[in-house]
Amino acid sequence: MEPILEVRNLRKEFQGFSLKNVSFTLEKGYIMGFIGPNGAGKSTTIKLIMNLIHKDGGEIKVFGLDNVKYEKEIKERIGFVFDENYFYDELTISEVKRVVAPLYRKWDNELFHKYIKEFSLPLKKKIKHLSKGMKMKLSLAIALSHHAELLIMDEPTSGLDPVIRSELLDILFTFIQDENKSVFFSTHITSDLDKIADYITFINDGEIIFSCPKDEIAENYGLVKGPKELLHSDIQQYLIGVKENQFGFEALVKDKQKIKRMAGDNIIVEKPSLEDIIVCFQRGM
Amino acid sequence: MNIIISNSSDEPIYQQIVKQIKNLIIKGELAENEMLPSIRTLAKELQISVITTKRAYQELENEGYIVTVQGKGTFVAAQNKELLKENQLKMVEEKLTEAVEAGKAIHLTLEEMQEILKVIYEEG
Repeated sequence: MEPILEVRNLRKEFQGFSLKNVSFTLEKGYIMGFIGPNGAGKSTTIKLIMNLIHKDGGEIKVFGLDNVKYEKEIKERIGFVFDENYFYDELTISEVKRVVAPLYRKWDNELFHKYIKEFSLPLKKKIKHLSKGMKMKLSLAIALSHHAELLIMDEPTSGLDPVIRSELLDILFTFIQDENKSVFFSTHITSDLDKIADYITFINDGEIIFSCPKDEIAENYGLVKGPKELLHSDIQQYLIGVKENQFGFEALVKDKQKIKRMAGDNIIVEKPSLEDIIVCFQRGM
Repeated sequence: MNIIISNSSDEPIYQQIVKQIKNLIIKGELAENEMLPSIRTLAKELQISVITTKRAYQELENEGYIVTVQGKGTFVAAQNKELLKENQLKMVEEKLTEAVEAGKAIHLTLEEMQEILKVIYEEG
């Protein structure tokens, strides 16, 4: 399998925060969700991939090419959707198109108008009068209209209602029907990912905790609930993000089979949601 | 062809797909050499990940229910009928063994057991 996005030992130092040797790989034809709590380094990583800030070390390859050396070439083939609106407020949608279209060699006007129609976007409306969902759809329409092979999206679903989020998921499913295309997106709305993501990369405090197929997470990780006495046993070392209450505890484990063997009937093990995983890691080991 | 997936079930989604496609083949609702949807179409329609549908197809292929022809698609395997019959025969044997054991436990004779079987068979 050919990787479409490869990040190796990526480092970036800020005051009070650093990205520590971030590595992961995304293959062609798949969707990767990039999750983690606020401030974990999601946006920093995406900015580094887009070469919007300078890295302090490591390597990023997009389509097998170095992302700094071949920046222009790569960006022709990337569709970028940002959380915030980056179009000039006073322009209408048609005017935005006139500004953006010449920037891309492979701009497809027909395709753009097809998406505008499909997303029911009003061409004559000014950007400032568009709803948040419409702005996201506009970004997406532009990203898709220059035949991007890789969609990179930073928090595309934040602040959107469930109807528009579900529409977005449909668009992404359609996008990867072509098995040469991939999607990489960060989010903390994990219910979207529960449905669509093939791979999940989880970053916490500047470090990658795991990057693996989503199904593997469900098969290995477990949310354990049991009596408090167990917290003083051998099991304790395997528990992540223990939360105690008056009547018991709850924690995450990496290998649920092992814990089941150790604790037997004393505990219940449930399938954790991605949200449970984020929360437990945030709470700490 | 209907495939209904439960997201809240404990059974992994790929297994739900495997089971349902197997049933469709056994029941003959999916005929020999019939083309199956691509893994990507199936993923899109069921709103699940491509890896999951890929794994389901892989499993079905390993068990000989379907075959993938590179560049053409995935089809219901042909040699299936024999295999299916074999499998079902095995299942019948297993159930009958169970019944015989239950009968022996209350000291039924072979004749009595045969009588019961005959009645049930003719009723069905």
